[in-house]
Amino acid sequence: MIQIVSLTFAYPKGAAIFRDFNWGTERGEAWAVLGPSGGGKTTLLYLLAGLRLPTSGQVLVDGMPLIRPRPHTGLILQDYGLLPWATVRQNAELGLRVRTFYGPDGTHAPEDFQPKVDVEPWLERLGLTAVQEKYPGQISGGQRQRTAIARTLALKPDLLLMDEPFASLDAPTRQGLQNLMLELWTEQKMTLVIVTHAIEEAAILGQKILLLGQPPNSEGLVIENPGASQADFRDSAEYTRLCRELRQRMDGT
Amino acid sequence: MMKRRDLLFAILVLLVAWQLLAMLVHRPILPSPIEVFHTFLYELVYGDLLANFFASLWRVIASTALAIALAAPLGLVLGQSGKLSGLFSPFIYILYPVPKVVLVPIILLFFGIGDLPKIVIIFLILFFQILVLVRDQAAGIRPELIQSVRSLGAGRRALFRFVYLPASLPAILTALRQSVGTAVAVLYIAELFATQRGLGYYIYYNGSTLFNYPAMYAGILAMSLMGLGLYFSVDWLEKKLCPWQTAVM
Repeated sequence: MIQIVSLTFAYPKGAAIFRDFNWGTERGEAWAVLGPSGGGKTTLLYLLAGLRLPTSGQVLVDGMPLIRPRPHTGLILQDYGLLPWATVRQNAELGLRVRTFYGPDGTHAPEDFQPKVDVEPWLERLGLTAVQEKYPGQISGGQRQRTAIARTLALKPDLLLMDEPFASLDAPTRQGLQNLMLELWTEQKMTLVIVTHAIEEAAILGQKILLLGQPPNSEGLVIENPGASQADFRDSAEYTRLCRELRQRMDGT
Repeated sequence: MMKRRDLLFAILVLLVAWQLLAMLVHRPILPSPIEVFHTFLYELVYGDLLANFFASLWRVIASTALAIALAAPLGLVLGQSGKLSGLFSPFIYILYPVPKVVLVPIILLFFGIGDLPKIVIIFLILFFQILVLVRDQAAGIRPELIQSVRSLGAGRRALFRFVYLPASLPAILTALRQSVGTAVAVLYIAELFATQRGLGYYIYYNGSTLFNYPAMYAGILAMSLMGLGLYFSVDWLEKKLCPWQTAVM
């Protein structure tokens, strides 16, 4: 699904964050990207989203080099991703409206896009029906993030990128949304890449975990975590062991 | 938002105070509210108060429309582009605080008599106010929001349509709210010169030349009502167009 080939990336006037970096995922995998802050996690996600372009090397998604955001890739950020002047429903509709605005041009919207703005099933699936006429300022952080998820999933992405999506939420809400993401991932058969600084979150959501170190990153450490996405993984000894391992490795980097 | 009942009560108290003051002063230069209302209605129907009212209102509305049409797009462009903003900001910084009302004589010299100089002066006041507020609003949009919307497939045009344009609306309305009072005040000054139409002229002419004080007061009342009406309109538009700002938790 994703192939990163000898990627080098540096911000203008900044030191390199990635140097000759290689990485790849298969279709349908759930990945967590874990690493220290400033380690390039978010940059990696922006590169995968096509919002930043490599200084050299290539980022391929579905075999195509990225030069701009790809219609079938969804991106969910920690916060501030919703329009404050639009209701929950209008926010959820935004992606479809943008697509309708351009029409099926293959650049901003897929060529087979049928202009139809219907987010009702998603509002229902994400439990937002009751708050659909409210503004983001009037609902809880968890509901805001659900709205962002509804907006993105309404576009039927095959690759979903999330940047610290639940970092600002309280623990029960976070856990609820993590479980929901796992359900949706299975349901929608997406490839999931979630960036997080929280070891526990990486262990819960990542079937595979990419551990980044301090920049410049040349290779990430990949840790297999086949237990993730199983119902009671959170309470298993395997989970505790993995968290300990991740913590040791992060301290080591 | 004010309660209607409280507003009515305030109006009543002000009217009673006016009436008492008029009785106390007991001179032609302070007629009672009843007399003024009488003249107001008479002048409205038989006099030329209405024509002057609309002459003034037209100037305010034309200049407001012009200011929004020019300042809002420019503010949006400056807010989006750090480079352009850097280029223009020093100029705006210097020109913004200049009290535009002192430019009245110059503008009269350049634009002569008629509507144009009045429209230009109000335009100048509103232009800078709207420009600065829209620019800051557009520049203040979080990059995360822009990136999120871009990831939904939005290019420049869609960003403009779905993000920058709606984001500038409250800024325009705030600018109008802040400057509509000043605009009417400056209109009064501008209408003292080189014109025979408009409420400013009407007030001045009745007060200083005809010594028709009730008519002068009727003109003042009309101008106050215009200011109030404009302010309420902005209020109403804000509620209509920016409901998320007034929505309660």
